[in-house]
Amino acid sequence: MSDAIITADGISKSYKNGRGNSRTTALDGISFEVSEGEIFGLIGPDGAGKTTAMRIITSLMLPDAGRAAVCGLDSVKDYAQIRNIVGYMPGRFSLYQDLSVEENLQFFATIFGVKVKDNYGLIKEIYDTLAPFKDRRAGKLSGGMKQKLALCCALVHKPRVLILDEPTTGVDPVSRQEFWDSLGRLKTQGITVLASTPYMDEASRCDRISFLVKGKIPATDAPRNIVKGFSKKIVHARANRMFELLKVLREYPEAESAYAFGDNNHVTLKNGGIEELKQFLASNGYPDAELEYAEASLEDCFMNLPK
Amino acid sequence: MYAIEVDRLTKRFGDFTAVDGISFYVAKGEIFGFLGANGAGKSTAMRMLCGLLTPTSGDAKVAGFDVYDNPEMIKKNIGYMSQKFSLYNDLTVVENIKFWGGLYGLDGKTIRRKTDQILGELDMRDWKDSFVETLPLGWKQKLSFSISTIHEPQIVFLDEPTGGVDPAVRRKFWEMIYAASERGITAFVTTHYMDEAEYCSRVSIMVDGRIRALGSPNELKRELGRNSMDGVFKELARHAKRNSD
Repeated sequence: MSDAIITADGISKSYKNGRGNSRTTALDGISFEVSEGEIFGLIGPDGAGKTTAMRIITSLMLPDAGRAAVCGLDSVKDYAQIRNIVGYMPGRFSLYQDLSVEENLQFFATIFGVKVKDNYGLIKEIYDTLAPFKDRRAGKLSGGMKQKLALCCALVHKPRVLILDEPTTGVDPVSRQEFWDSLGRLKTQGITVLASTPYMDEASRCDRISFLVKGKIPATDAPRNIVKGFSKKIVHARANRMFELLKVLREYPEAESAYAFGDNNHVTLKNGGIEELKQFLASNGYPDAELEYAEASLEDCFMNLPK
Repeated sequence: MYAIEVDRLTKRFGDFTAVDGISFYVAKGEIFGFLGANGAGKSTAMRMLCGLLTPTSGDAKVAGFDVYDNPEMIKKNIGYMSQKFSLYNDLTVVENIKFWGGLYGLDGKTIRRKTDQILGELDMRDWKDSFVETLPLGWKQKLSFSISTIHEPQIVFLDEPTGGVDPAVRRKFWEMIYAASERGITAFVTTHYMDEAEYCSRVSIMVDGRIRALGSPNELKRELGRNSMDGVFKELARHAKRNSD
């Protein structure tokens, strides 16, 4: 047995499709391991299978093939024990909207057979910011505060592993940063974190990530290594009419891809360099486009994942 | 004529001032980013502009109609989509299009034509009889946007349309917004993604019920001496006193 805290070993899962008889493959034999104290990111496009993987690991869903284990416990056979050592935040807000902040926390503590004060040290820092609103109904909280409360409820029984399915969706940039700061502190207390996110700045804060695409994992590594491993040239391009420029860039035969990136357009080149691109743009109405080579970012890597 | 004109618009709930005298205009065909931290008052302001909530004071005109006198006309002339509520999960793709088309008062022939057009544009013909529930989130959002503009409204209100959507789909979504804008539809967008703020023609940033900054992304970056909208936003929002909706 390996000393991994979370093991996914060849997990497959498919679903029946709508009203027809066809099936969709959600996971196609994925494997990865998460070590103790790691913050591990599961990063992929919508519908790639991230939620399915998390549900199987938390024992809420049965795999068709392969196995998942948490702390050596099998997700099928030992499901009851797994639920005691895992804290899970599903993607959809799943607390009781008509219970107050305090009541929700009490409720989850009771379910897990603990008292809030038993592990208060773990949640204190997060809960302190909620305390002024402890009598407010959870449904009336803002997005950022709901997520903080959900995190507290997932931590109340002092789990060894936290599994967070897109915990910061709908949360503003400042609160997102605070949320990830909290995860960093939990890590120092020995808690292992498996999280999914559509934000690449958050993915960059993980110790390691797996890209998950169409039910398969094409890469698992530290974010900086993934970026380092990106071998194609990237050019940043800007001009006055950015959206029109993007359309022209997509016509460039040597462009592997062209995307808007905030106030820049990023072009990934198949061949050649800036000079050829400059000539192409000049003859297509953009003689004044500003072009420069740039390091790939994690988001560039994501955008250039195999389709 | 502006698509949206807002003058000292205010909403109080008891002694709490959710929206505190905001003023701005949105030009026709503009993509206007309406930013702010959670709890800054964006949703309340948006509900007033959609004719769903009567202001306490101030004035606002949307699509030429007054929010006090003509909220029903506003509703007919706008499209609305939010991440939280958009489509019926237990209806199929085609059923949703029919339902919303009917609600917006389109006739059967137009609905059939629009259905065909939407399925084609979104490359969703193979999914037309699937329950919306089974679609990936990004697909739902794109379908939802197409449906919110099925009646070719003057303005479309998009409330965090890309929340939780991956970077690739977000970009496709913004290309749909641009395409709508080229057809003359004005887009009023809220988002927590600051790279998306860069895609707007102009942006306002709300803090504690007030508009603290308003201008094109480049103007705001210059004004606050930051090189990204993320920096601009964090600089303004970290001084917020409020922390809840």
